Amino acid sequence: MWDLCTNSLDAAKLRGAAYGDVRVMHLRQRDLTTKNGQVGTLSQSESIGLGIRVLANGAWGFASTDRLTREGVAACAAQAVSIAKASALAKRDEVVMAPEKAYVDSWQAPFRKDPFEIPLETQLALLLAADAEMRRVRGVTLTETGMQFRKIDSWFASTIGSRIHQRKVISGCGIAATSFQKEEIQKRSYPNSFGGQHSLQGYELVDSLDLLKNAPIIAEEAAALHSATQCPEKIGTLILGSSQLGLQIHESIGHPIELDRVLGQEANFAGTSFLTLDQLNKLKYASSIVNVVADARLDHGQGLGTFAYDDEGVPAQCTDIIKNGQFRGYLSNRETAHLVGLDRSSGTMRTESWNRLPIIRMTNVSLLPGTWDYDDLISDTHDGILMETNRSWSIDDRRYQFQFSTEIGWEIKGGKKVRMLKNPSYSGITTEFWNSCDAICKFDHWTLWGTPNCGKGQPMQTMGTGHGASPARFRNVRIGTAFSNQ
Amino acid sequence: MKPAAKTKKASAGARAKAAELLPERELRRIVGTVLRLAKSTAAEETEVHVDEVASALTRFANNAIHQNVAEHGLTVSIRTVADGRTARATTNRIDEDSLRAAIEASLSLAHSQPKDPRLLPMPAKQRYRSVNRFIKPTAALSAEERALAVRRACDLAVKENQVAAGIYSNGQSQSALGNSRGLFAAYRETHSEFSITVQEASAASWAKANSPDVRAFDPQKLAARASEKAHLAVNARELPPGRYTVILEPAAVLDLVGFLFYDFAATALQDKRSCLNDRMGKPLFGQDITISDDVYHPLQQGAPFDGEGLPRQRVLLVDRGIPKNLVYSRAAAKAAHKQPTGHGFALPNEYGEAPMNLVFVGGDSSIDKMVASTERGLLVTRLWYIREVDPYEKVMTGMTRDGLFLVENGRVMGAVRNFRFNQSIIEMLKNVELLGPAVRATGEEAFEMVVPAMKVRDFYFSEVTKF
Repeated sequence: MWDLCTNSLDAAKLRGAAYGDVRVMHLRQRDLTTKNGQVGTLSQSESIGLGIRVLANGAWGFASTDRLTREGVAACAAQAVSIAKASALAKRDEVVMAPEKAYVDSWQAPFRKDPFEIPLETQLALLLAADAEMRRVRGVTLTETGMQFRKIDSWFASTIGSRIHQRKVISGCGIAATSFQKEEIQKRSYPNSFGGQHSLQGYELVDSLDLLKNAPIIAEEAAALHSATQCPEKIGTLILGSSQLGLQIHESIGHPIELDRVLGQEANFAGTSFLTLDQLNKLKYASSIVNVVADARLDHGQGLGTFAYDDEGVPAQCTDIIKNGQFRGYLSNRETAHLVGLDRSSGTMRTESWNRLPIIRMTNVSLLPGTWDYDDLISDTHDGILMETNRSWSIDDRRYQFQFSTEIGWEIKGGKKVRMLKNPSYSGITTEFWNSCDAICKFDHWTLWGTPNCGKGQPMQTMGTGHGASPARFRNVRIGTAFSNQ
Repeated sequence: MKPAAKTKKASAGARAKAAELLPERELRRIVGTVLRLAKSTAAEETEVHVDEVASALTRFANNAIHQNVAEHGLTVSIRTVADGRTARATTNRIDEDSLRAAIEASLSLAHSQPKDPRLLPMPAKQRYRSVNRFIKPTAALSAEERALAVRRACDLAVKENQVAAGIYSNGQSQSALGNSRGLFAAYRETHSEFSITVQEASAASWAKANSPDVRAFDPQKLAARASEKAHLAVNARELPPGRYTVILEPAAVLDLVGFLFYDFAATALQDKRSCLNDRMGKPLFGQDITISDDVYHPLQQGAPFDGEGLPRQRVLLVDRGIPKNLVYSRAAAKAAHKQPTGHGFALPNEYGEAPMNLVFVGGDSSIDKMVASTERGLLVTRLWYIREVDPYEKVMTGMTRDGLFLVENGRVMGAVRNFRFNQSIIEMLKNVELLGPAVRATGEEAFEMVVPAMKVRDFYFSEVTKF
């Protein structure tokens, strides 16, 4: 692979590239699903190719190919340089890249059980057993289960001399029960919606989930939701379960801190951000108990945003985003770092595949644990609503105004969960919401959730991001908005 | 803002040309190779998909190109059947060893599962209606031509003290599908797209078009339209949330009604997750709503065959407000004692099928006429981040974006801060007062479809944002 990298970089330099970086990536994936006791999807795929990014005439070009021959990668490099020269026809400023050292390294993400070595029969048997457990519950009309495994090798090289090989194994697993009754569809998922939990782990992730124990629980809840009380519409106290809070972090902190959005580079598609450059170190983003980091290091956990180097050859880092409630940092790359006074990229350039350009992405953007025990948080809440497991999510293109709904809610009265609520939802303005946070649970209740489906960029790229969170409480939140028209 | 730097036009020798697709005979050869290799394995039936794409995209922001990419790739996806079981393996390596490994991987996956008593034999040879959507000038558009068009759009923004961002893309793709029962289908098409967001102060507006034929739209006209609307969008005032009459431009209609397409899948009804469960054959929408799925419509795109190789049929989904028909894969059709309609996804999958080429019957009201007929309402350019709140009542939430305007006494009176909506699509399609001509619309949430602009009463906005 290194020969392919060298050949393409040499060809780019020969054609006039002032800088170039190249990624050869080999991606392998296996997908298994069941539906109503039958195998649904059963497939695997592999893809290998090369993508090269070059700077020529002061502008960027990128090209990719699956022709992994000396001639194929040289032609690809030449195409990238030609494209860069075309870009120069409509450039405004010279590209300035923050300095970075050259690294020669090889890194493998840790895992205990290679999911591609676990017999398929074992994997399917577990999914079918969980499926059967859910179908045993009266009122359940649709059961779904799934596993997804990926193994990604990437070889990165650049004209500054870096050569970095990384291997990652990613696993995902989840189950869901749906109930259609009386003109209403209700659904419960475990351990999270939209495919379950995803992390930088091997099959040990699946082992840790205890699907068979949880399958009947969510199936019972899906059926019971039909007779639950409708979530009221009011201003009140809200407790979010950790997976829902993970998505809240993703949408209302993770995206607005992307510096490419802030600078208008995503204005046509993903949108911009309310976090304009003048807000840095001035905005009170959240209450003083809120601390948020973007941490790609393994020390933070085995999340979907964990790696040793980003796809620009910059080592993984931990960046303070919110410190004691104050806005402290953005996600940057080598090109944008200097615009916020940094002398180095924060290491957040990531690409979906060999045929996509690396762009600024969330790593693991996590809310650090607080001090509360979960039981104490519930018992300390006189009148509130606990919401768990995302059902829908939406936020404006500058990341101010959001609305989320969850699969299930629980009314809390006098410090106790007293009854189930259906169709729970809440909405708000990002900074008002985070400033209303008055309690965060401690590390015992903290989970590093994986969001496997974050879409951004043109052409669209899907990326996995990590979000650590423990349950937290928010005051004076607008509740029940999504169904206020019903 | 300073104008985009002017440089000499690149010489023809240095032009970044688009990659060429393989000739169809090469795709036939790959399919034939896989079928030949599979004969010496345990596979009783074999199906091969070959997909090739060559595309390029120029991206601009802050009145300059900041990203500019090209890709070329080919994948071979193989489904085998053995002893009543099936599975799929996909690779992008086309040497015989890699293809043989993919066949074996597919068989290994298939063997790992219980027998599927509902598995159907692969379909035999089919006849397809010819569709020509491969336009040479689209395939030939170069990086330099895209860059020069982008520069002209950016120059316009600079002249107007505005900031432009967007994309200009073009490409070509082809698919071939063959199986061991003699079926073979092939299709190629081109695509092109220009999208632009123009910002003025804190306001923004947007215009976008796409087509198999790059000559079907003019990037300069789209840039001018976005520029004019951005200027109108400044100084937005805040209005209270509530029910408003809205005039939805086609892109806004598309991105909402696009969420309906999956509900017309027979498998979704069998799974009881469709909003049409218990509603087929009964009046559901207004009498002015008629929807078909029609891949052959001149404003549509896509192959004339489905994931199993069956010819796509035109299906009348909604007739004057009444849901009449569903689309069926072969398996869903057998379960429902119907005929398949050619809308199945590649097997194996759990979703079955979906109509991907919705065509609404339009009316004759222009947007100007809709505005002129409105005493008080809102003109909506586009919608954003639409998600499903209630799957049975089809309540969707989302935001307005890039140009929301107050209409009073038949005139556009100025810009309004963006709203969040929580609106049932079913209710919306009951409340349509006027329809525009159906056009090919493109947004960001749904596939391109042929939809009209709509004037709708009592559209519900629940909250307002800060811009």
